Amino acid sequence: MKALFFIIIFVAIAVACWQFVKLLGLTKVENQTATEKENNINGWLMLGLMGFIYCLMILSLYGTKDILLPQLSASAEGKHIDILFKITMTLILIVQFVLQFIIFYFTFKYRGIKGRKALFFADSHKLELVWTITPAIVLAGLIIYGLWTWNEVMDVSDAENPLIVELYAKQFQWEARYAGSDNELGNANVRFIKGANTMGVDFSDKNASDDIPLMVSEGKFVKELHLPKGRKVIFKMRSQDVLHSAYMPHFRAQMNCVPGMVTQMGFTPTVTTAEMRLNKDTQSKFQRINEIRVEKGEEEVEFDYLLLCNKICGSSHYNMQLKIVVDEEAEFNQWLAGQKTFAQLK
Amino acid sequence: MSDHHHKETFVTKYVFSQDHKMIAKQYLITGIVMGIIGVFMSMLFRLQLAFPEQSFSIIEAFLGRSGEGGVMTPDMYLSLVTIHGTIMVFFVLTAGLSGTFSNLLIPLQIGARDMASGFLNMISYWLFFLSSVVMVISLFVETGPASAGWTIYPPLSALPQAMSGSGLGMTLWLVSMAIFIASSLMGALNYIVTVLNLRTLGMKMTRLPLTIWAFFVTAIIGVVSFPVLLSAALLLIFDRSFGTSFFLSDIFISGEVLHYKGGSPILFEHLFWFLGHPEVYIVLLPALGISSEVIATNSRKPIFGYRAMVMSIIAIAFLSTIVWGHHMFVTGMNPFLGSVFTFTTLLIAIPSAVKGFNYITTLWKGNLQLNPAMLFSIGLVSTFITGGLTGLVLGDSALDINVHDTYFVVAHFHLVMGISAIFGMFAGVYHWFPKLFGRMMNKDLGYLHFWITAITAYGVFFPMHFIGLAGLPRRYYSNTAFPIFDDLLQVNVVMTVFAIIGGLAQIIFLANFFFSIYKGKKASQNPWNSNTLEWTTPVEHMHGNWPGEIPAVHRWAYDYSKTDEKGDLWGGKDFTSQIVPIRDGEEEF
Repeated sequence: MKALFFIIIFVAIAVACWQFVKLLGLTKVENQTATEKENNINGWLMLGLMGFIYCLMILSLYGTKDILLPQLSASAEGKHIDILFKITMTLILIVQFVLQFIIFYFTFKYRGIKGRKALFFADSHKLELVWTITPAIVLAGLIIYGLWTWNEVMDVSDAENPLIVELYAKQFQWEARYAGSDNELGNANVRFIKGANTMGVDFSDKNASDDIPLMVSEGKFVKELHLPKGRKVIFKMRSQDVLHSAYMPHFRAQMNCVPGMVTQMGFTPTVTTAEMRLNKDTQSKFQRINEIRVEKGEEEVEFDYLLLCNKICGSSHYNMQLKIVVDEEAEFNQWLAGQKTFAQLK
Repeated sequence: MSDHHHKETFVTKYVFSQDHKMIAKQYLITGIVMGIIGVFMSMLFRLQLAFPEQSFSIIEAFLGRSGEGGVMTPDMYLSLVTIHGTIMVFFVLTAGLSGTFSNLLIPLQIGARDMASGFLNMISYWLFFLSSVVMVISLFVETGPASAGWTIYPPLSALPQAMSGSGLGMTLWLVSMAIFIASSLMGALNYIVTVLNLRTLGMKMTRLPLTIWAFFVTAIIGVVSFPVLLSAALLLIFDRSFGTSFFLSDIFISGEVLHYKGGSPILFEHLFWFLGHPEVYIVLLPALGISSEVIATNSRKPIFGYRAMVMSIIAIAFLSTIVWGHHMFVTGMNPFLGSVFTFTTLLIAIPSAVKGFNYITTLWKGNLQLNPAMLFSIGLVSTFITGGLTGLVLGDSALDINVHDTYFVVAHFHLVMGISAIFGMFAGVYHWFPKLFGRMMNKDLGYLHFWITAITAYGVFFPMHFIGLAGLPRRYYSNTAFPIFDDLLQVNVVMTVFAIIGGLAQIIFLANFFFSIYKGKKASQNPWNSNTLEWTTPVEHMHGNWPGEIPAVHRWAYDYSKTDEKGDLWGGKDFTSQIVPIRDGEEEF
């Protein structure tokens, strides 16, 4: 691959040099715009460029099918997003294919010929009305559907008995806190950070003692965040130092963590980790990944949900992650019961 | 005006020149030099993305300690993407593009002897030069150049504890930008005043070429939005150096609580994007103006829907100032605001679509002269549509959630604003080179440059959408920390190969450009058979542009292939300069 890479570069330079030498020999003066021959060659080449762009589009659409996120959204809210996304993408692709064709076809078809008269066609209210109103109608549809989806995703006020989880971001790791039996998080502020209280929880707040932390302890990272299937999870996000963004692509969820304030976002997981591992897209993706890994001499991996940092946050931004595990609700409750509350930790 | 009051020395002619044509050249050359730095940086970090653990001697050679053993450090990677973004957006595509062509074309195309204030114009260039120098110096400071991304969101950019690039490098970045903004404000005010006051007899606003409309409206957007960035930069300097808390609150870093209380990084994001989004159009509109002119001239047809084009430019400019929040859907901004910004953002698609369709209709039934400038302009229309369409995904708040800050965004804005604007700039250089330097650029090299550039631009940025859809965040030094991204490496290799070829292909342009300045074929007065006023000036530059009277204007700029009642071309030519009076029996469009 690397050799090919250098060869291509070498060829490009060689062609450039050859052209440059040619330039030195040029003296003839001619029509400054473009000759018929130039129009002809470049008209055909424009068709070629269109072919290249179409090939690239088709190759990208099909060739990258296996590398995309699994088609199946792992959250109920994500399904709405996926539908809107499919509608928008279909529309975009149709317009893209048609318009690119027209541009390059016109360029080719009307390439200059000596003596041809161009059409003096400066204005047409009818045409302009058509291409003002058509996009307006289409966009009105997209806007209305988009806003409905946005509210559906962002509005968490009507959730019944949601699970409240705090995500706490810091350079370059994640911590978390479950709200415990009262389902209310105790107050917190970075000014309370001291010793083992790495999240700055205010223990004088009565809601704090039943909170269940997933903390960094003795230098060990938090290993995994568990979530229940079928119950709405509302994340309250905080940051300790700089901006971070909690990005959970499989759930189609993302929200920034902002120092000095609490942001929130919620979703209902609908597919457990075990179920997602059996998903066809996931399997074909991970088969490929494991082939690549074996080739490199690395160990094979299994699918896991991920929480990634998606807002530049410093030198190790590229490795700020947390594994998410979605369990059946019963399993989740069992797991949670096994975790220690602040009161128990003391 | 045409008689000289003083003898010109080298310094007054080439250095402290107040002549708009010389200043345009100064802007262009400075922009090109900065462009070389910016593009070269992108080639270095593309190497890192495609071959994350491999050693390259070129990296060690250029990055020194930050590239020890031929592999760059994460901090240096972030510095490179930050400075690449800053240089390309501000120094190349704002100053290099607007600065060059507004300066060159506004006086020439409206029929003025020079800018309204030549002195202010000169100061504007030299401030730009100074800010470029400061930015370049910042590359060499010990703690490294600014590295918080070109959006420099605090607290990351405010706290040297958070990353080493936020030390002296960031200070210099802010100083450089403050100077830059002063420069661009002076330039913009000059452009506005000149267009409003110095048009020649008969040059009504409705007869202005679309280039001038684009530069004029761009200058207005700049005047409206750049001061807001300046205020953001100043407040950030206050937070960094004087302990204020405009953007900072409740921070614990390096084992201690900082004193900041009550500020909000989101405020900074609002201020930044209040410039940042209009900036996209500050970059793009001049490119669209240039391509309108080039496409009409080389189609030998009037631009279709002149009035609709002007209205679109104005509508885009107006909307561009009320859509900034679409960069902030998932920042914690109130979701209701997200709805508002989705609405205004998607509205921008309407004038953009009108422009796209009008370009295409202009090509229809033309007699296309496919010279390099024309190819780049058509390429612009193509990339503008490809990149613009994905804006429908990103502008829709619900869809943005899952692609925000991924490579999908990077692909989108590089196509719609980066590539489109740079194509517009190339089109402008090829088209107006004879006006700038009195000589022609070599056409064959121009063709070669276009073909390699167009293919590699698509080759880099089209596949990039899909690694974004695979969930890959931008600004990751390496994707090796995530097994789920292992299968994206091949795509990255392909993109890097295209990027390196595309970057190297610019050497063809540079060689052609600098060679043609001295050795190109002598240009004729109106090499493209164009209608606009700049082609009525002599090839050799002179102060005051026209010997004798400034010609009066009698018609719009797009009377190409106009026929009389019998269907014959007026005057037997397929173009009619703006200075030709309306003939008997001819109707003015």
